[in-house]
Amino acid sequence: MAAAHLPTTEFDQTDLDGSLEAAAEMAQGEPEAPMVQLLDAEGRRREDPTFGPYATDLDGEALKAFYRDMASVRRFDQEATALQRQGELALWVQLTGQEAAQIGSGRATAPQDYIFPTYREHGVALTRGVDMSELLKLFRGVANGGWDPTATNFHLYTLVLAAQVPHAVGYAMGIQRDQKMDAALAPAATVAYFGDGASSEGDVHESMVFAASYKAPVVFFCQNNHWAISVPFEVQSRIPLSNRAQGYGFPGIRVDGNDVIAVHAVTKWALERARAGEGPVLIEAFTYRLGAHTTADDPTKYRHSAEEDAWRAKDPLLRLEKYLRSEGLADDAFFAEVAEEGKQLAAYVRKATLEMANPDIRSAFANVYAQAHPLVEEETAWFEKYEAGFTDAEGENA
Amino acid sequence: MPTMTIAKAINEGLRAALGSEPKSLLMGEDIGDLGGVYRVTEGLKKEFGADRVVDSPLAESGIIGTCIGLALRGYRPIAEIQFDGFVFPGFNQITTQLAKMHARSDGQLTVPVVIRIPYGGGIGSVEHHSESPEALFAHTAGLRIITPSNPQDAYWMIQQAVECQDPVIVFEPKRRYWLKGEVDLEKPTSDPFSAHVLREGTDATVVAYGPLVPVALAAAKAAEEDGRSVEVIDLRSISPLDFDTVTASVEKTGRLVVAHEAPTFGGIGGEIAARISERAFYALEAPVIRVGGFHMPYPVARVEEHYLPDIDRILDALDRAMAY
Ligand SMILES: Cc1ncc(C[n+]2csc(CCOP(=O)(O)OP(=O)(O)O)c2C)c(N)n1
Ligand SMILES: [Mg+2]
Repeated sequence: MAAAHLPTTEFDQTDLDGSLEAAAEMAQGEPEAPMVQLLDAEGRRREDPTFGPYATDLDGEALKAFYRDMASVRRFDQEATALQRQGELALWVQLTGQEAAQIGSGRATAPQDYIFPTYREHGVALTRGVDMSELLKLFRGVANGGWDPTATNFHLYTLVLAAQVPHAVGYAMGIQRDQKMDAALAPAATVAYFGDGASSEGDVHESMVFAASYKAPVVFFCQNNHWAISVPFEVQSRIPLSNRAQGYGFPGIRVDGNDVIAVHAVTKWALERARAGEGPVLIEAFTYRLGAHTTADDPTKYRHSAEEDAWRAKDPLLRLEKYLRSEGLADDAFFAEVAEEGKQLAAYVRKATLEMANPDIRSAFANVYAQAHPLVEEETAWFEKYEAGFTDAEGENA
Repeated sequence: MPTMTIAKAINEGLRAALGSEPKSLLMGEDIGDLGGVYRVTEGLKKEFGADRVVDSPLAESGIIGTCIGLALRGYRPIAEIQFDGFVFPGFNQITTQLAKMHARSDGQLTVPVVIRIPYGGGIGSVEHHSESPEALFAHTAGLRIITPSNPQDAYWMIQQAVECQDPVIVFEPKRRYWLKGEVDLEKPTSDPFSAHVLREGTDATVVAYGPLVPVALAAAKAAEEDGRSVEVIDLRSISPLDFDTVTASVEKTGRLVVAHEAPTFGGIGGEIAARISERAFYALEAPVIRVGGFHMPYPVARVEEHYLPDIDRILDALDRAMAY
């Protein structure tokens, strides 16, 4: 079955029955639920009456571009991991395994859409044109953000889980109002990225209530990578997360998160719908965190390598490579070129990281408030004097 | 007497509490198989089972709220919040429910929930992982707040918190988790809500707590080389606050410096300064001087050394106090 929990705004009791069945099934073990898939793990195309049409415009070049993006961001991820191991970053949050979920959805967004990521969305950042080296500033400890969100409509990373989700809804409510004022404005939507763990936070629930109430143009994009650090998905939900959408009164779709074509198609559909004023959608991208939670984490403490191996066989890059090769759309030369591009990106990011200027605490003082604030001024002055005391003392000693 | 780290001492304290109090249970994110991100609960799930050591869904309001419910049902829940900066989704439950339940039931209900929060900076981490939000909680009546600074206190104070009839927040100095010390497993430390004079002196008093206690001691030692005799008090409890011990010390030394990582504005240091100026006005030779964080969000790792109070900042404050 392609897509059981389908694009209907009306509440459908049969869907609910399906989800209860799924819940019963899940209680037995691994959550199995219908999932949209257009490219299977063996690299074969699949039919889907609803979402297939959203992939027909993807020609060989478009698919090769997807591959290029996924390979680039994976290479970037490896470089950042290496930088962390070498002591150049305090921490790194790896995305390996989630490239299709991020590239597929990111490439479905339009420039005027606004994206609210969590902290692992390096692939989405790449699709938005963020300078990839800037993503590392947070992890090197030189900035809390690192890039100008308004330049690419890619918001800063948010480390307090789910806190950005209501922001995406509010931003979408702003878009609604702007469009009422100015009909010529290009229709836009927001995308809120969060994880299976974060889905349990109250902020996600409240966001969905607001989004449904106001039919806000927001796409909730949950990457269910099966783990929230050491806690398995089953602790967060007994049913597919996509099923929850019905309870709020908007569609929820589970998509194969390792299938870049399906993720792209489903997100494109959801965004078009949102931009057209039909309200929110919840997309659950069923994927897997192949690496550790962060470079500080040790997954051998809580999960079996057999599970990782099973997911490695569903690798998003491998399956697209298989497809491109079998269709004669790409050859060795293409893959060599992609590898070379990845190398260049890695070299660029490494160089930029090593050259990052250390910040000055004075800028931290300066940025607390937008307007002058006497306490901050007083403390800044105190700090300057205190620091100068050391320089004077050193001068005396010299 | 065994020697162990603060992390291990809390782990052993929790093990002792789970062993002796059948109604106690732990709840939090990643505290089971992983043993918590700092391994403070390592091995406890294996030993006591999943009903006693509960890996919760990722929801702090849920963690605190269900702990309140469990407490109403007669249990003694011990919640872990993964990092200081992530307690806030649970802030509503802590301040509007946990803190007030006993009062609003006219004393009929008790909610003996313990909340463990690793806090403080100096670990080179990313945003929200280095904060010191204790003043936000101290301002709320109904909560007791303690913070051990050494393994001996860590081992006993967590158990004393579990025994307490009131809600207790235990702020754990995360950058000192690996600080080692001897633990007397037989003899409990005295009242967890009292301050300890760690070093006697006659010229000035430095009050600190949690992660800054070793810094205050080091500053006192450095001051000694300059011929100054500095008394150091480890507050241990922030609410209630042992003003008697601080007052007695100030009556002797006449000068007081209070140091904490949290911003000085609206902080614990201000409360101490006000009370001491009321209680020991005539003994004071100088105004009470605070050493603390600035009025800014905790800054990025690469500049945190400029933010965090260190030995020099405490010595500078002592200089200023002595100059009066
Ligand atoms: C409010 C809050 N609570 C706890 C944490 C600590 N923490 C960081 S990541 C994480 C797990 C997140 O899992 P998930 O939402 O599935 O995202 P993933 O890391 O798998 O991408 C936890 C518990 C946090 N960052 N924010
Ligand atoms: Mg996850």
